[in-house]
Amino acid sequence: MDILSRVFRWFNQLDLILMSGLVILLFLGSVTLYSASGENYAMVSRQGLHILLATIVMLLLSQVKSKTMQSWTIWVYGLGVLLLILVMAQGHIGMGARRWLDLGVFRFQPSEIMKLAGPMMVARYFSDRPLPPSLKDIIVALCIVMLPVLLIVKQPDLGTSLLVASAGLFVIYFAGLSWKLIIATLSAIPVGGYFLFHYGMHAYQQQRVLTLFDPESNRLGAGYHIIQSKIAIGSGGVYGKGWTEGDQSRLDFLPERHTDFIFSVFGEEFGLLGNIILLSLYVFIIWRSLYLATQGKDTFSRLLGGSLALTFFVYLFVNTGMVSGILPVVGVPLPLVSYGGTSIVTLMAAFGIIMGLQKRKRDYRHTPHT
Amino acid sequence: MVKRESIKSEHEELKLFHSRSLVAAAVVFLALAGILFRLFVLQVEGHDYFTEESRKNYLKSLPIPPARGIIYDRNGKVLADNRSEYVLAVVRDEVPGKVKDTIKRLEKLIPLSDKEKQKFYQKMWRQNRYQATVLRSKLTEKEMAVFSVNQPRFPGVRINVQMERYYPLGEIAGHVLGYVGKIDKRDLKRIAKREYKGSTHIGKSGIEKFHEKLLHGKTGYRIIEVDAHGKPQKLEKQEDPIVGKDLFLSIDINLQITAETLLKGKRGAVVAMDPRNGEVLAMASVPMYDPNLFVNGISHKNYNALRNNLDRPLYNRAIQGTYPAGSTIKPIVSMAGLHYGVVTPASKVRAPGYFQVPGHRHRYRCWNKRGHGSVNMSYAIAQSCDVYFYSLAYRLGIDRFAPFMKLFGFGGKTGVDLPSEGAGLMPTREWKKKRHNATWYPGDTVNIGIGQGYWISTPLQLVSAISTLSMKGKRLKPRLLRGIRKSKNLPEEIQAVSYLPSVKVKSQKMWNAPIQGMINVMHSPFGTARRSGAGAAYEIAGKTGTAQVFGIGQKEKYNARRLAKHLHDHALFVAFAPAHDPKIAVAIIAENSGGGSHVAAPIGRRIIDAYLLKRYLLPEDEENAKEGENTKKKKKKRNNR
Repeated sequence: MDILSRVFRWFNQLDLILMSGLVILLFLGSVTLYSASGENYAMVSRQGLHILLATIVMLLLSQVKSKTMQSWTIWVYGLGVLLLILVMAQGHIGMGARRWLDLGVFRFQPSEIMKLAGPMMVARYFSDRPLPPSLKDIIVALCIVMLPVLLIVKQPDLGTSLLVASAGLFVIYFAGLSWKLIIATLSAIPVGGYFLFHYGMHAYQQQRVLTLFDPESNRLGAGYHIIQSKIAIGSGGVYGKGWTEGDQSRLDFLPERHTDFIFSVFGEEFGLLGNIILLSLYVFIIWRSLYLATQGKDTFSRLLGGSLALTFFVYLFVNTGMVSGILPVVGVPLPLVSYGGTSIVTLMAAFGIIMGLQKRKRDYRHTPHT
Repeated sequence: MVKRESIKSEHEELKLFHSRSLVAAAVVFLALAGILFRLFVLQVEGHDYFTEESRKNYLKSLPIPPARGIIYDRNGKVLADNRSEYVLAVVRDEVPGKVKDTIKRLEKLIPLSDKEKQKFYQKMWRQNRYQATVLRSKLTEKEMAVFSVNQPRFPGVRINVQMERYYPLGEIAGHVLGYVGKIDKRDLKRIAKREYKGSTHIGKSGIEKFHEKLLHGKTGYRIIEVDAHGKPQKLEKQEDPIVGKDLFLSIDINLQITAETLLKGKRGAVVAMDPRNGEVLAMASVPMYDPNLFVNGISHKNYNALRNNLDRPLYNRAIQGTYPAGSTIKPIVSMAGLHYGVVTPASKVRAPGYFQVPGHRHRYRCWNKRGHGSVNMSYAIAQSCDVYFYSLAYRLGIDRFAPFMKLFGFGGKTGVDLPSEGAGLMPTREWKKKRHNATWYPGDTVNIGIGQGYWISTPLQLVSAISTLSMKGKRLKPRLLRGIRKSKNLPEEIQAVSYLPSVKVKSQKMWNAPIQGMINVMHSPFGTARRSGAGAAYEIAGKTGTAQVFGIGQKEKYNARRLAKHLHDHALFVAFAPAHDPKIAVAIIAENSGGGSHVAAPIGRRIIDAYLLKRYLLPEDEENAKEGENTKKKKKKRNNR
């Protein structure tokens, strides 16, 4: 009986509305992956294992209390920074970048931890300070964000550093960064972008940016990805070519089609209608996450929840923007759909945290029982 | 704790967080609306464009070259054929390990030149890995046998069959047939590239060039689906090629061989034509060349040998060679005289052995110094009296002479179905003014009256003009293409004859006297070619000619022995037979060979006999000998086995 009630409470702790959105998305993702992988069962079942692992992580994290989470924060952040430095020193080189840490059993990207630890640390910093924050607090928060970001940029991994940075900045935004500062920063971005392009980017990153503006200039080189991706999406039309019938993906014209470019496969096979459904599903998940964040019982919970919800949106926006040719190709997967264990585990962990942070009212309601 | 409480207000924070969340939700909504708009642009507005791009990606069309039409003579003897050639080809995808290593091992069995290897690598890397690249063409039987035995050791290397043009008779009728060669940059400019995808060869000269469109056929296509690496996935659609049309030439190959044999050792040309329909029965130009040399690119050595040969074997004398026609045009000049009423068949001219333009001292000499006395038209033709024609031309004047000759086709292309036909030259007053900036002298007309001077024509023009005379004014366009067959199982379609504007003279009776004169050339006791006409089973109308190549001074004598061979006179002869029911007309020119009656007329007689009596002159003995050798060889081979 005790066990049963415990299980019941576990599920009670879950947000079934958000959970159902995630389940539908993960299912759609696996179906798309089957086609994108060239009907490769082995890959889909591996992805199934990733999903299973990620769900367990989510369930576990959804049980962690906000206070406990807060107390872990400093250790997780510290460990993350340490591992990033370790990667810098002796990481495994893959695709021209030092990102991986080989742990013997599996390889692991420490930068992924930072997607969670970054915003947690900033939220933790703001949690016992008056909000809106003072200038000094903002500067400290920025330092907390930028330390891991710079380490990740150096690897170099533009996509992850972008996500870690936005996760941290969203916390500052939710903390109440003044609109004046936000507008000033946004207008400084073009200037900063100019300097970043000329002094802060690797040749391959510069090439990606240049290719974005004129993909046709390099049809066979860097522009190939974008051109083929646009062809895939565009030729899908309104209704799509049908599941596993996408010519661009089936015949291998679409590169990285089971990872970063899986959205092109989806768009080719399910058309504009499919895209509308998929985007609606994402909007639903983001909306629900934001809602849960507003239900957070303390500052830490709300800031972290809001930031994680918006980071999920950034994943979506950057990935769809890049495969449809309006944003540069930075390595950001389509969240919960692209193949890859690390990103799914991290994302589901985030949703676990979001679920765990809630219960402002329910906690009170359940207090008598505990 | 107390301090914090006073500053940190839960209520204010919640309000702040809510407003921030609302703004964030709005931004999320707007950004995703932007993405959706972008997707709309790609998937609705750009749909057609991207669908086309996608099809371009995965649909490849592979051309299937059509088989080239076969060329036959009028009796169905094969003149140009396609034969299979065996080549060694490599498919990179199927070669285990490095292609270089396979080639190295292969070289031990089949010798490969550095040039072949270089070409192969160049081509292979340009193609995708699933395409076959020719490594070595023209495999010998021995090489094929050696490779076949060892094939299991060379995965990815195979023997492929290619079709190759072949001229089984070698140099016989080579000028008429022409040859095909590899398509080069100049060809690419004049052809529809789409039509030649997959074709490697194109007609470069002769019939092969002129009737390229008929012979080539229509390229077929195999539309296949390929993946991003070019690997074929499945056949989408196939459009079969349409084979080239088979051509039946008007050439009678036996007559052609006869003509070529008769000219052997000389430089010259023979054209025989059926005056009734314009069909060219034989067109020989000697010396000859073997068109097979050109099919796969002639070697520099062979090409230079042909180019630098002073006898110019590459040049088709029958249509490109322009010669003074000499006395052979006298019957036609007579027609001009009759038409304009300058002479009648009976009117006589005193021929003292020379002619003088009134008021001038220059003497235009006759070949017969002693003169012919007083001669009428028929006698003048039979005896080839120069003075009669000097006088006639002088009285006609160039302004009547030249236009009349143009009616017979002189000075213009006949329009035969061969490329690079020469037009010759029919001089006029205006031409001389333009070309030499000089006035036309009466003396110029006098020279032209006997087919000398500025007037030059091709052997084909000559035979065409003589045919017109034989048909009493009816003119037919000379042609080599007699019939077309769309495919092996269909009957041959004979092409309609094409008429040229006839020559209309005041009275049809006027044709009789010049023709009679030509009969007298062959059959009267005073005819210049009476020896060649003797014993004929039918009446021949002929005319000899001896064209001067070298001007001789007023008091000098032509002495063949003292002159260099290339300055010797050209021997000419034109004829048609039977005289009153012409079935064949011929023109013969033998360069620098001396007199027409001694050299050219006997050839003419022999050709007419060959055609009308089927007495061909074929080097049968040689052939028999060769066949004997072949059988011996075959026997030997059998023994070897």
